[in-house]
Amino acid sequence: MALKIVKGSIDRMFDKNLQDLVRGIRNHKEDEAKYISTCIDEIKQELKQDNIAVKANAVCKLTYLQMLGYDVSWAAFNIVEVMSSSKFTYKRIGYLAASQCFHENTDVIMLTTNQIRKDLSSPNQYDTGVALTGLSCFVTPDLARDLANDIMTLMSHTKPYIRKKAVLIMYKVFLKYPESLRPAFPRLKEKLEDPDPGVQSAAVNVICELARRNPKNYLSLAPLFFKLMTSSTNNWVLIKIIKLFGALTPLEPRLGKKLIEPLTNLIHSTSAMSLLYECVNTVIAGQYSCSVGNTKSHSAQWPQPFLCVQKLRILIEDSDQNLKYLGLLAMSKILKTHPKSVQSHKDLILQCLDDKDESIRLRALDLLYGMVSKKNLMEIVKKLMIHVDKAEGTTYRDELLTKIIDICSQSNYQYITNFEWYISILVELTRLEGTRHGHLIASQMLDVAIRVKAIRAFAVAQMATLLDNAHLLTGNMQRNGICEVLYASAWICGEFSEHLENPMQTLEAMLRPKVATLPGHIQAVYVQNAAKLFATILKNQEGNTDSTTAQETSQLMIDRLPLFVQSANLEVQERASCILQLVKYIQKLQQKDVEIAEEVSALFAGELNPVAPKAQKKVPVPEGLDLDAWINEPPSESESEDEQPKAIFTKEEPKHSRPRHTEVDEKELARRREARKQEQANNPFYIKASPSSQKVYQDAPGVEHIPVVQIDLSVPLKVPGLPMSDQYVKLEEERRQKERAEKKKKEKKKRKEKRSGRGRKHDSGPESEEDITPAHVVDIVTEEMPEDHNHLPSPYLSKVKICICIFYLSRPLADSEKLPVRSHRAAGAPKSSAEDGEVENATSQEPKKKSSKEKREKKKDKDRERKVRFGCWKHFPPSETDSWSALNSLFFLFFFPLALPTKVCDIQGNLQDGSQVVVSVIFENKCESFLKSMEFNVLDSLNSKLQRPEGSGPHDGLTVPFQLPPGVSNEARFVFTVQSIVMPQKLKGTLTFIVKNEDSSTHEKLDFKLHFTCTSYLITTPCYSDAFAKLLESGDLKSSSVRLEGVNMPFHHLLARICFHHHFSVVERIDSCASMYSRSIQGHHVCLLVKTSGQTVSIDAKCDEPTLLGNVLDEIKQTFSQC
Amino acid sequence: MRFLLLFSRQGKLRLQKWFTSMSDREKKKIIRDMTTMVLARQARSCNFLQWKDLKIIYKRYASLYFCLAVESQENELLALEIIHRYVELLDKYFGNVCELDIIFNFEKAYFILDEFLMGGEIQETSKQIVNRSIEASDMLQETLEEYMSKPAF
Repeated sequence: MALKIVKGSIDRMFDKNLQDLVRGIRNHKEDEAKYISTCIDEIKQELKQDNIAVKANAVCKLTYLQMLGYDVSWAAFNIVEVMSSSKFTYKRIGYLAASQCFHENTDVIMLTTNQIRKDLSSPNQYDTGVALTGLSCFVTPDLARDLANDIMTLMSHTKPYIRKKAVLIMYKVFLKYPESLRPAFPRLKEKLEDPDPGVQSAAVNVICELARRNPKNYLSLAPLFFKLMTSSTNNWVLIKIIKLFGALTPLEPRLGKKLIEPLTNLIHSTSAMSLLYECVNTVIAGQYSCSVGNTKSHSAQWPQPFLCVQKLRILIEDSDQNLKYLGLLAMSKILKTHPKSVQSHKDLILQCLDDKDESIRLRALDLLYGMVSKKNLMEIVKKLMIHVDKAEGTTYRDELLTKIIDICSQSNYQYITNFEWYISILVELTRLEGTRHGHLIASQMLDVAIRVKAIRAFAVAQMATLLDNAHLLTGNMQRNGICEVLYASAWICGEFSEHLENPMQTLEAMLRPKVATLPGHIQAVYVQNAAKLFATILKNQEGNTDSTTAQETSQLMIDRLPLFVQSANLEVQERASCILQLVKYIQKLQQKDVEIAEEVSALFAGELNPVAPKAQKKVPVPEGLDLDAWINEPPSESESEDEQPKAIFTKEEPKHSRPRHTEVDEKELARRREARKQEQANNPFYIKASPSSQKVYQDAPGVEHIPVVQIDLSVPLKVPGLPMSDQYVKLEEERRQKERAEKKKKEKKKRKEKRSGRGRKHDSGPESEEDITPAHVVDIVTEEMPEDHNHLPSPYLSKVKICICIFYLSRPLADSEKLPVRSHRAAGAPKSSAEDGEVENATSQEPKKKSSKEKREKKKDKDRERKVRFGCWKHFPPSETDSWSALNSLFFLFFFPLALPTKVCDIQGNLQDGSQVVVSVIFENKCESFLKSMEFNVLDSLNSKLQRPEGSGPHDGLTVPFQLPPGVSNEARFVFTVQSIVMPQKLKGTLTFIVKNEDSSTHEKLDFKLHFTCTSYLITTPCYSDAFAKLLESGDLKSSSVRLEGVNMPFHHLLARICFHHHFSVVERIDSCASMYSRSIQGHHVCLLVKTSGQTVSIDAKCDEPTLLGNVLDEIKQTFSQC
Repeated sequence: MRFLLLFSRQGKLRLQKWFTSMSDREKKKIIRDMTTMVLARQARSCNFLQWKDLKIIYKRYASLYFCLAVESQENELLALEIIHRYVELLDKYFGNVCELDIIFNFEKAYFILDEFLMGGEIQETSKQIVNRSIEASDMLQETLEEYMSKPAF
């Protein structure tokens, strides 16, 4: 024995210890990797020895190497050996190594269970402590299950040192093994009143964490925590308790009343900034949960935001950057509920924009978004523009740019009073070097020019200058993000060319050879709009006896267009050659002195109006139109595959098509145009949302892929002739003053007339929001088309149709999209457009049908249990010809018998290929109150997961991006990832929302279940009998069968029912026997042979996935048992 | 809390503590992200960063960066306090701590941390108690080491 120890000590003298290793690594900076690999070899030798001291030393070194990023997983077993040493020195090193190197998948962890149990019950408290510490790092569900009981016992250990560690580790155990929570909870609660403050704070910590996950369960502890809060002086604990109350108050409004006093006291008295910040945050959160209903009683509960805002101002004014940042962060939370009280601190927030720290500037920008008003918009944007100029670093500048556009365009340009100013701002923004947001600016230009009619003349002039100076934007002939604005410029100049002062010059600018270096989609717009300009010029020259200008223009076109005909881009080529031929023909006519201007301009007659994507919904289906009937016979599968590319073209056509009336005589044309203008004038709806042109634009390929290149800015980028936005600020000020003066005059007159002397206050007070009238009116402010859609003028239909086609373009193409249907639609018959309408209509009409059913449901459900009732579901018949059919829609209707609001949630599963399932939920507010802050959350299963935006946790809900006024319905889509489709799935979920009445507001919750049946993964796929036979012969399919008794319906009804509910298609039918086929989204084949004799139906089925088949058959059985 | 990292101005990792189980690959990626993000910050900026759904709170002490990641609901100032308290504890233990102390006694730095934080929660808010338990367990270790190095003949 003695000899062994001596040997051990001698070994240790020669071994490298940790210090030597560290020193060695520092001395071998050049060949570190080589040095370490020799060290690892040494360590491997050391680990082979019996001496535990040597081993522990080796493991200690390994832990260090692990930190440097070397893989040490091969030594896991040696670590366990050292852990199980009886000596504390080595045990400590072993546990440290384990806590650093082990993770849930380390397999040797299983071996440690007994060792850990032994250490937990060791008489030495430090042995136990070290085991608990280690365990907290590598606890697995298995370890948690096996050791939960031991740890629970330790919670009542005599030593507080062990108790507090045991309490803390219990939280980790709960997470890994939730079943342990219930038995352990009483003891955990006891620990809140432990005599040792350390144990007490540990218990507070754990319960605070637990309550954050599920606050409802911990409401009962509120009185206890309240006592702790008023008695404790430990700021660490206080912060946790206040945080806990922050989680509880939304559930129990009465808590707020009790909390208000201690919190206010703390805010006033504490010197600890962390505590102050926590209090302010909790108060803000409390206000937020109460603000939903602004009742007197509620607002009395929480102090006016004044106190918080005041304190936050102090934070923001502090020289400490951290406090500044947090102050702004908290301020943005107040902004949501009390925008007015934040707005008074505009000066301070604008100051923060000058801060050196980017994160502070970004926070301040966030705040600005909510603070603008008509009055201060120009001023704020002016300030931001200065920052744009000064900003270094493209990310921050891009952020500024998007913020400026966000701020200006929010709620339909609500705060913009002068659009000339806005256009000049946009033009100024094009000067930005290397921005990624060219397309954003472009879409704003298009949007404003289309929707604000009064601005068009101005916009066109600006755009023409931009086109003229395009070389400044495109820089060294290279492509960069900003050249996207040329797309908008060209389109605006072409479309509204009647406002151009010098169309000839613009036309020349658009046909410069340099244009050929622009991206294809921009060139295409150039070519198309050059043609529009050409038409305008011809028209202007008409009646002019001297026809040289017109002929020169034609010659210019003929000279320049061949450049585009040679373009590599198909679209450019096609358009250019088409227009070139046209111009050549026109030239020929010109030479014969034929008056052609009118006819040429008829090519581009009519105005393009933006249409809301949902507009089609409002169009009624004409009487006598059967949407289920085939328009053309369904083409075969193979055919549709071949012709798909063609289908894309036909579909695309409508978006460029204009009414082509070249043949129609002039009078007729003029008459029609007049009539249309009349109708449009009477039409209040220019529907909001993305105008069609923008949609097209976004669909254009390759926008994202354009490499962003810095503009070579040796010359200052002042585009000549462009007005500076600043001057508008002045002009606007003058305009407002004038208006005010006029108003005053009127006021005076009135007063004189009335001879009443009470009007003094009107004189000097600051102008209020309402006083500022916009200089231009934005069209299209209504969200939806008017309900009474019968008044829809007929030309409107065709316009609507165009937009809808474009809208569909953004959808993925489905296999079953059939060409004949497409071409039919492209022909533009109102019939087919109405067909689109019906498809969308089906969703909107659905709730109406339900209402009576729902009433019945309600009567039955008197206990008002908030349970989701599975209503019925419906599938479009397979004959559906629209692209929607490809999406394989499913309806789930859920009824929510609720105390106050009745809400129907219509879940429509759009299944697409692979593992993604899109569920569109139609929320309809059936109660009298306003619903807001809806959050949709689903408890993920292993198999199905709700796709959440990157960065959010697995339990976070998704905010529904709209609010619901009474009686309104809206649709939201959620994407789920489904791994296996062979089993039906039920996902539990909750929808939380705030019900806001005039005098109260409550937080409500709806639980629901999403039922993904196996059927819903099937797609109706046609199959031919020979293919079907081959499939059955292949022998890969497993069979199964089912018998249905007492089915009392004709055979064809039965088949229709299976087709309809279960997405099958009939392959062949002979007498009372039929074969059917369907395919799952993951490509499983499902074949049925249905036979009937009397009231018995037997279904023999085959599928390559037996589980799926079994479930589908069960579902079929259920369908028939219900009838 | 999710993790605590200590790294030098050159981006060399000096200490890592993960409060949730994670694979080595994830750890490496996070370490890389953190060092690049934090080291890129300018002086006199605020100490908070947003990273994915976590808040990153960092603070520089001499040549060492302390970097703590917490959930989004946590109090940033409290996190700063935690970092500071840990530095105080190290300072007390090593006596005017410097980066080299932590490099050469990295296991001690871990032991101190383990007495202060556990499983991502604060274990002990009192400096005295933490110091006392570290001393006590060191005593235990010392006696054993003395015993081991005692000549056996």
